[in-house]
Amino acid sequence: MNEAPSSSSAQTRRTPLYAAHVACGGKMVDFAGWRMPLHYGSQIAEHNAVRQHAGMFDVSHMTVVDVDGPAARALLERLVANDVGRLHETGKALYGLLLNDAGGIIDDLIVYRRETGYRAVVNAATRVQVLDWIAARNDEGAEIAERALAMIAVQGPEAVRRFASATGWTDVQGLATFSAVERNGWMVARTGYTGEDGVEVMLPGSEAVTLWQRLQEQAVQPAGLGARDTLRLEAGLNLYGQDMDQSTTPLVSNLAWTIAWEPKTRRFMGRQALESARAAGLHEKLTGLVLEQRGVLRTGQKVFTAHGEGVVTSGIFSPTLGYSIALARLPRAATGECQVDIRGKLLPVRIVKPPFVRGGQKAFE
Amino acid sequence: MSEIPADLKFARTHEWARLEEDGSVSVGITDHAQDALGDVVFVEHPELGQQVNAQEEAGVVESVKAASDIYAPVSGTVLAVNTALVDAPEIVNEDPYGDGWFFRIEPDDVSQLADLLNAEGYAEFCESDEH
Repeated sequence: MNEAPSSSSAQTRRTPLYAAHVACGGKMVDFAGWRMPLHYGSQIAEHNAVRQHAGMFDVSHMTVVDVDGPAARALLERLVANDVGRLHETGKALYGLLLNDAGGIIDDLIVYRRETGYRAVVNAATRVQVLDWIAARNDEGAEIAERALAMIAVQGPEAVRRFASATGWTDVQGLATFSAVERNGWMVARTGYTGEDGVEVMLPGSEAVTLWQRLQEQAVQPAGLGARDTLRLEAGLNLYGQDMDQSTTPLVSNLAWTIAWEPKTRRFMGRQALESARAAGLHEKLTGLVLEQRGVLRTGQKVFTAHGEGVVTSGIFSPTLGYSIALARLPRAATGECQVDIRGKLLPVRIVKPPFVRGGQKAFE
Repeated sequence: MSEIPADLKFARTHEWARLEEDGSVSVGITDHAQDALGDVVFVEHPELGQQVNAQEEAGVVESVKAASDIYAPVSGTVLAVNTALVDAPEIVNEDPYGDGWFFRIEPDDVSQLADLLNAEGYAEFCESDEH
């Protein structure tokens, strides 16, 4: 059997919701330097609550960075492969990538256009590298400041309605996807990492517990990191450090859509390397696998295709589908059937295009 | 601390064994084990009639977190497997010492049970495992 998750060390940080998690029965584990809930009893029940009704995640460990001043736009247009210049109105947001000169992925992020500048939300695990990365390349002289905000993601088909009932923020029900509104120190965005409708709320830490409790009164299910992982994978969303990293480009990470090639005059970091790689021809891809029988695909398992070997980058049991699904890095020409080595046995799997689940239903053929 | 029934014997690999009135031995995983694994999603039983050996692999339990081997706590022949777990593996989480049993063995030598930990010994073992 496996060992229990590692116990806390002196360096681990606690979010303002730590006591609330413990009170909800959260199984606390170390994650990217934080003490976070893995689940509150059943990861699968939490997953299903998000797909069917509404769940909430403490994502206060995420890194919030504000980029302000007259140079903010120029800096972000140069560092982000998607085009921040397309965010014409306050409140608009986009998903994008920071790339190095070789086109490798430094991190993924969401950038929000604000009244005074931009807000970027990046991963917890990459916090130091990303803050250093941006600071070291700030030739434009933008004002960069990390914000110590709490963050709660409320996700699921009922999430927006229940959030509105809990808070009185009824205008959020009319908010478009990838848009945000700000009031009284809160930013509420129609974004998420589950494939469901919902909001992500950034707010002062001192107000996080009250929001958590109000959402609980609206029967919003607390959900942990375990459910967050199965939900994002069903939705076909990459996890940084697992499905992509500095050694992979967006072209081979199912993220070519996040590269804004136009206007051609925008010389964003990594552009030249991506253009060369595209011209030279691509050899691999990040795609989906399904195992429609007993067994679970796991990170690191070898995949054997007619065009060569690949590897599972993220694999889970899909609670919605009732069998295992995975993201895998495979030879680009591979299609159809292939095999995965699961604990010494070769099992047949099928290559499919993610997402795996959309609107609570199977989304691939 | 998780529940540890006093009438069972325990392996250091977190299986439990119960000597039944008919002389057979029922086997499952402990409450501590199911809690560490998280939601169980698949189980793989030994074959009926298969000879299993103490401390050797006799099945697999696969959870949202990991796949783990189930080791036979004593040697013997497999008499029965709990087929209810095939369609409802969550029973392992809900009732690990009862309806969540995995298989039943006709033991070669029932005295092998004496090599296993009693409830108190297992509680101490789990305690030291966590620190």
